[in-house]
Amino acid sequence: MEKLFRNRMATAVMLTPALAVYTFVMVIPIMWSVTYTFQSGNAISGFEFVGFSNWIEFFQDDTAIDALLFTLRYAVVMTVLQVAAGYGLALFYIFFLQNKSSLVRTTIFFPVILPTVAVALMFSRMFEAAPTEGPVNTILQWLGGDLTDFLGTPTTAFWIVIAMDVWRSMGFYAVLLYAGLVEIPQDVMESARIDGASGWKLVRRIVVPLSLPVLLSALIFSINGTLKVFDSIVALTNGGPGTATTPLTLYMFRTSFAYGEYGYGSTVAFVLTILCLIVTVFIFRSLRRDVTE
Amino acid sequence: MISNRRTGRRALSAVALAGAGILTLAACSGGDDGDADPTASGDTGSEEPAGTTSEEFTYLGQTQNTTIAATLESLEVGACSAAADGTPLSTDAIDGTTWDQQLQVLAGNDALSNMSMAAGTPSLMKEFVDAGLVLNLSEAFAELGVEGAVLPAAEATLKQLHQTDDLYALPTEYNIEGFWFNETLFDEAGVDVPSTWTELVDVAATLNDAGIQPFIAAGSDGWPVTRLVGNHIFRSLGADALQQVADGAASLTDPEYVESADAISALGDAGYFGAAPGSVDYNTAMNQFLTGGGAMFYMGSWALGNFNDPEQNQIGAENIGYFPFPEVEGGAGSIDETPANAGIPVMFSASHYTDDIGEWLACIAENYGDVALAESGQVTGFSLSETPADQSELTTMVQDQIANAAGSVLWFEAAFSAEGTTVSQTNGGGLANGSLSGAEFMELVQAANG
Repeated sequence: MEKLFRNRMATAVMLTPALAVYTFVMVIPIMWSVTYTFQSGNAISGFEFVGFSNWIEFFQDDTAIDALLFTLRYAVVMTVLQVAAGYGLALFYIFFLQNKSSLVRTTIFFPVILPTVAVALMFSRMFEAAPTEGPVNTILQWLGGDLTDFLGTPTTAFWIVIAMDVWRSMGFYAVLLYAGLVEIPQDVMESARIDGASGWKLVRRIVVPLSLPVLLSALIFSINGTLKVFDSIVALTNGGPGTATTPLTLYMFRTSFAYGEYGYGSTVAFVLTILCLIVTVFIFRSLRRDVTE
Repeated sequence: MISNRRTGRRALSAVALAGAGILTLAACSGGDDGDADPTASGDTGSEEPAGTTSEEFTYLGQTQNTTIAATLESLEVGACSAAADGTPLSTDAIDGTTWDQQLQVLAGNDALSNMSMAAGTPSLMKEFVDAGLVLNLSEAFAELGVEGAVLPAAEATLKQLHQTDDLYALPTEYNIEGFWFNETLFDEAGVDVPSTWTELVDVAATLNDAGIQPFIAAGSDGWPVTRLVGNHIFRSLGADALQQVADGAASLTDPEYVESADAISALGDAGYFGAAPGSVDYNTAMNQFLTGGGAMFYMGSWALGNFNDPEQNQIGAENIGYFPFPEVEGGAGSIDETPANAGIPVMFSASHYTDDIGEWLACIAENYGDVALAESGQVTGFSLSETPADQSELTTMVQDQIANAAGSVLWFEAAFSAEGTTVSQTNGGGLANGSLSGAEFMELVQAANG
């Protein structure tokens, strides 16, 4: 194999198709998109060079700034909650269910494979206020509360989106983190137990440090996925009420395809790309250190 | 020997990888070609020279509207069978919620169908006209000898809407808008039809006190609420008030405009639109009105199809009354200026227009109105040659209202940009539940409208 890799011709032959495909489907569209950030117009009216005006517009656009802040808030809250919920479940599998956890794992993983639209429909029915009251409102009123328009109120709409996405994704993170936890050598755990570590102390001193690499992988997955959230929000609130739950991705989509402003839409897309890049670089830099030390 | 075998395997692997790469690239380029092909929409025959014949007459509409496709299908086997001979009709439909987006993609690729529903946002339609993508129907009608097929009122509304001197779309509907009310609920509460805004608010308060929901509105769609804002502006500031905003001569954040939005927000704040109007969509609102769930329903006359359907209408067509948007005391507008629109008009692709399509166009212009009225009870903007004998009273009333209207006004977002329209409609629900004040709403819309 080493000999093969020393052969420059063979290396080039093997790499060229992948590089060519990558260039055509990734590099060229990205560069193309970057050039759009300096233009205004669309496929119908044509394009015009406008310099940095799209970038200036972005930082003066209250809706764009709100979308950026929503995206960051959503990504942070979601990452914390879904990784924490997944980790909690993984610990639950390891410590309480052990070999009997496959049915529970399957049940909790089930929402991951459900179509987003179906899940969104279920949640919108659960929290419905009109024309019929959903089960949540019925219970709330039975307990003496008022009828609440959960999806029509900005604060509650945000938390319902979070609840839905955590419910959908925690099974995935539980399985991912469980795979990391089972790799922790049993003899280390046994030694710790013999030394008197148990319960919370065992988790804090042994399990968490030894599972940090997979925990950080889960964080990278989560933060990058949540920064690009689109389908669940479109299906549940469509960015509303008003623009209260509009992330950058939805704003970019609307700007480009509903308002016909391809240049400004590309600018929003590029801001999102930069954001993802910053977060990824930050996390990778953290990973360079040996986290188990 | 072994070395030879290894060399052979290496070469085979390299060739296989290179082949896979070439195949992948070929597949990619093949896809691109397909996308760029304007005939992909099932349009004019690629072998035929443009301008003479077409293999089929393609129509693209929204899944939410089945009337246009059904009327065209009736025409194909009836009055337009000669035009359909050799150029059969082919209809297709896509979801209307992303209509403008999909239309832009089709237009950008020169893949518009021969006939399709026009852009929902008038400013986008204007863009199509400016780019030469849409057929000038005034010129086409003159060539085909079917001038006068469209009613002057409908033609004027479409020209005003698209801000053009010529006609670029056909009025497959011609609607008036206003308040439809449940007469039984009005009688129960002992209220009369209001003619001024103050009277309307008093009627709403009386109905509310009687335990009847005064207004029904689809707050999640937004436009049934923003229509009220627009009409209040027309009544208080005059028929050109929103054009002045579009021209930059006035701003939605001017106090006199904010006052109108505040008037609607006050209704929402009082709970007159029900408990959670932001969660009510169009079909739910319609169902709520037709099952007696509320007293007043602001809607266009396109809803006649629902009102005349006994299965949907549980309160009875004879129990539904109509009154125009009331006057605002001391306002510059008049109650006689009826909010009107051409529903979702249809347009013809300019680049795919041939003699065969012209034959279809002439036939549609002359016969569509009669067939749509007879088969669907749909009032259109086409001239009629006959009136059905079993026409409902509500339909006759709408026709009379159209004939007697002293003038017409458009709607709140008619002169707005696509972004202004979206922002206005996505925030309409906030006005209906009172969570947005008039000033907050107008600031959002003005900022989006640029």
